[in-house]
Amino acid sequence: MAEYQNIFTRVQVRAPAHAGVPLEGGTWVRQGTPWFSYWLGKIGDAQIGPIYLGWTGVASLIFGFIAFEIIGLNMWASVNWDPVQFVRQLPWLALEPPSPEYGLSIPPLNEGGWWLMAGFFLTTSILLWWLRMYRRARAFGMGTHVAWAFASAIWLYLVLGFIRPLLMGSWSEAVPFGIFPHLDWTAAFSIRYGNLFYNPFHMLSIAFLYGSALLFAMHGGTILAVSRFGGEREIEQVVDRGTAAERAALFWRWTMGFNATMESVHRWAWWFAVLCPLAGGIGILLTGTVVDNWYLWAVKHGVAPSYPEVFPAVADPATMTGGAK
Amino acid sequence: MKLGISLSLIAVLFLTIAMLVRAGWERPPMESTQQGYRGLGMVEIDNPRTQAARAALNQLPDVVPAVPAGGPAATSVYKNVQVLNDLGVGEFTRLMVAMTAWVSPQEGCNYCHNPSDLAADTPAKVVARRMLQMTRHVNADWKTHVADTGVTCYTCHRGQPVPSNVWYTQAPQGGAFAGNRAGQNAPAKAVGFTSLPLDPFSHFLANGDEIRVQSAAALPAGRGNSIQSTEATYGLMVHISQSLGANCTFCHNTRSFFDWDSSTPQRATAWHGIRMVRDLNANYLEPLAGKFPDGRTGPLGDAPKLNCATCHQGEHKPLLGASMLKDYPVLAAVGKLAVAAPTPEPVLIGETVIIFFALDSVALHDAAPRTLEILVVKLKANPKARATISGYHSATGDAAHNRELAKNRALAVQGALKAAGIAENRVVLEKPVVEQANVAGEDPKARRVEVVVK
Repeated sequence: MAEYQNIFTRVQVRAPAHAGVPLEGGTWVRQGTPWFSYWLGKIGDAQIGPIYLGWTGVASLIFGFIAFEIIGLNMWASVNWDPVQFVRQLPWLALEPPSPEYGLSIPPLNEGGWWLMAGFFLTTSILLWWLRMYRRARAFGMGTHVAWAFASAIWLYLVLGFIRPLLMGSWSEAVPFGIFPHLDWTAAFSIRYGNLFYNPFHMLSIAFLYGSALLFAMHGGTILAVSRFGGEREIEQVVDRGTAAERAALFWRWTMGFNATMESVHRWAWWFAVLCPLAGGIGILLTGTVVDNWYLWAVKHGVAPSYPEVFPAVADPATMTGGAK
Repeated sequence: MKLGISLSLIAVLFLTIAMLVRAGWERPPMESTQQGYRGLGMVEIDNPRTQAARAALNQLPDVVPAVPAGGPAATSVYKNVQVLNDLGVGEFTRLMVAMTAWVSPQEGCNYCHNPSDLAADTPAKVVARRMLQMTRHVNADWKTHVADTGVTCYTCHRGQPVPSNVWYTQAPQGGAFAGNRAGQNAPAKAVGFTSLPLDPFSHFLANGDEIRVQSAAALPAGRGNSIQSTEATYGLMVHISQSLGANCTFCHNTRSFFDWDSSTPQRATAWHGIRMVRDLNANYLEPLAGKFPDGRTGPLGDAPKLNCATCHQGEHKPLLGASMLKDYPVLAAVGKLAVAAPTPEPVLIGETVIIFFALDSVALHDAAPRTLEILVVKLKANPKARATISGYHSATGDAAHNRELAKNRALAVQGALKAAGIAENRVVLEKPVVEQANVAGEDPKARRVEVVVK
C-alpha cells in the first residue's frame, strides 16, 4: 500500500496511459500522445497529456501571447534592445499605464497606449480561459466550483486594472505591468490612500488569505496523518465514514472541540479562498472612490486607537510659517 | 524534461544566493532602540558591526591652530577679497589653509588659485567664493536645520574637490515608439534600487513641487493626487532614508505618514532641510551653471546640485553630529551681500493692507499713510468698525529681539492711524500665533504689518 508520510509521493502508480472518458458533442479532441515523467510523478500524476485546448483555449493563448509580447517588447525597448540589460534589469522593467493628464482618453502608444492594448489582450485572454474552464467542467458533468473560484480572482484583477480606474476617471490609477513596479505601485497605493491596513475589506481579505493557509495546513496535515487508515479516500469517506474519518474527526474534537467533516472542510477551504480576492476587490473598489484616507476614516469610526504622546509636540512647519512654501 | 527541471532548480538556487549576497544586504542581528510608545514599531535600527567603519569615515580633520586676533585687515594685504573682507589677515590665512585641507588636499592652493596671481578669478575660485557665501548663509539663516552645529566645506567635500554625493539633471530615457520608462523602472541608487521614479531631485529639490500626497480628509473631495505623484514622493523619501541611514520611523509614525501629531521632532528638522536644499540649489548652485571648471557639469550642462546625501553621507547627523563650525566661527558670519534687498511698497490685498519694513527697522514706508487712507475712509464711514493690526518679522536674528521688533512695527502703524484721526481704542493689536513669517534668512516680504478692518 502507498504511503503518504513524506513530502513527496513515495510510490508511483504506473498504469497504461489513460486518455480519459469519451467526449460528448465537441468538435475538438484531446491531443498529444501521453507520456510519463518520473519527477513530476513525485509531486503529482506521472502521466502528462493528452491535452484539450478547444477554441477558447487556442484563442486565449493567442491573446495571452500578444499581451506577453507587448509587455515584453516594451520592456526590451526600454533598455534600447540590449539583451544583457534586459535580463539584468528585468525585475525593474515595466509597461506603465498612461499618466493622469490623459484621464480615460486613448493616449499615444508610447504614453500608455501600449499599456491599454496589453490590458485589453490580457483581459480577453483571461476571460477566455475562464470560459474554457467553465465549459470543460460542464463537458465532464462536473460542478463549476473551480471556474467560480477563478472568477473571484478575475474580479480583483478587473477592479484593479479596469473597474476602479473607470470610476476614478483615469487609467493612471491602474497597475503597471512589471515585477518590482507592481509591488512599488501597491505600496504607493496604500500610502496615497492613508494606509490600506485600516480598510476593513483589506482586513477581511487578509483574514481569508491567512485563514486559507491555515485551513490548507490543517486539512493537508489531517489527511496525511490518517492516510495509513485510508484517509486519502476522502470522497468515499464523506458518505461512508471509516476509521480514518472517525480518527480525524475525534482528533479535532479533542484538540479544539469542533470538527469539520470530510465534505465540509472542502467548503471551508473553497469559501476562504474565494472570499480572499472578493473582499479584497471590494476594498480596492472603495479606495479613492468612497474613502480617500483610510486612517482618518478609521479614526472617525473609532477603529484606529490613539496612543500616549511620547515626543514633544510637533507642529506642521508649513502652517506655522505663513507664506513659506 | 528531466534536465530542464534540474536546470531551473539550480537557476532558482543561484538567483536566491545572488539576492542574499547583493550589495546593500546586511546580515542580522541588528540593534533596535525603541523611540516611540511601546508596541508601535517606532524603533531605530543600527548595525553594530558597521559602527567602527562609520566612525573612521566620519573622523574630523585636524583643526588648524588658532591665530591671535588683531593684525591688519585681509583686504589691506590681499587684492580681490570679496567675501571674507571682514577678517583680519591671520584668520583669513588660517581659513585658506583649512579650506585647502578640506577641499583640495592633493591639488593644494593651486586648485583654485593661479600661482602667479593669487587674486585672479579662476573658474574654481569663482565657485569657491560663492560656496563660502552659501556656507555662511546656511550657518546664519538655516539654524532650523543645522542648529548651532553648522556646516563647513568639509561637511560635504571630505577632502575631495567635488563632493561624492551631488546630482545632475538626467536626459530622458527610452525609445520614442515603445519602451517609455516614464522616468522610473530602472535600478537606481538614488531611490535605493526600487523601481520608483529615478529623479526625485529635479521635482522636489530644484523645483519645489508639492511633496504631500495624502488627503487631510477621510472622504474624497474632487480629484486627489495621483499614484504617480505618490511614487515620486515615495522616491524622495527613500532617498532621505538612504542618505540618513534611517528608517521611515525616524521621522514618521508609519501608520499615518502625513500626521504631524504622531511624527517625531526630526520630521520638522527634515522639513526645514528640504527647504534649505531648495534654497541652496536655486540660489547658489543653479546660477553657477557655466561657471564650473571643465568636466564638472552634468550631461545637460547643468551645475552639480545638492541633495540630502551631500552632507549626511549615510548618517542621521553629518560627521556623526560633530561641530567643526565652533573652530571656524567666521563661517557663520552673515555675508554683507545678503542684506541689500529693497523694501517693497505697501500693498492692499483683498481687505488687508500690508506694510513692509526695512531690515531691523520700525520706520514706516513713505507710501504707508497713503495706502492706509483706504482703511481710514472705511473706519470713518462705519463708527463700529475696528482696525486689527498684526506685526511680523523675518527668521534671521535673535528671537526675543525679533518679537519686540514685530510688536513695535505694529505700534508704528497704530501711530499712523492715530495721526490720521482714528481713536486709539478703535485699533486692536492682535498678536499672531507665530510672528516669524518665513522659514529662514532675510525675506523682505516677511518683515511686515498686516492691517484689516473688521
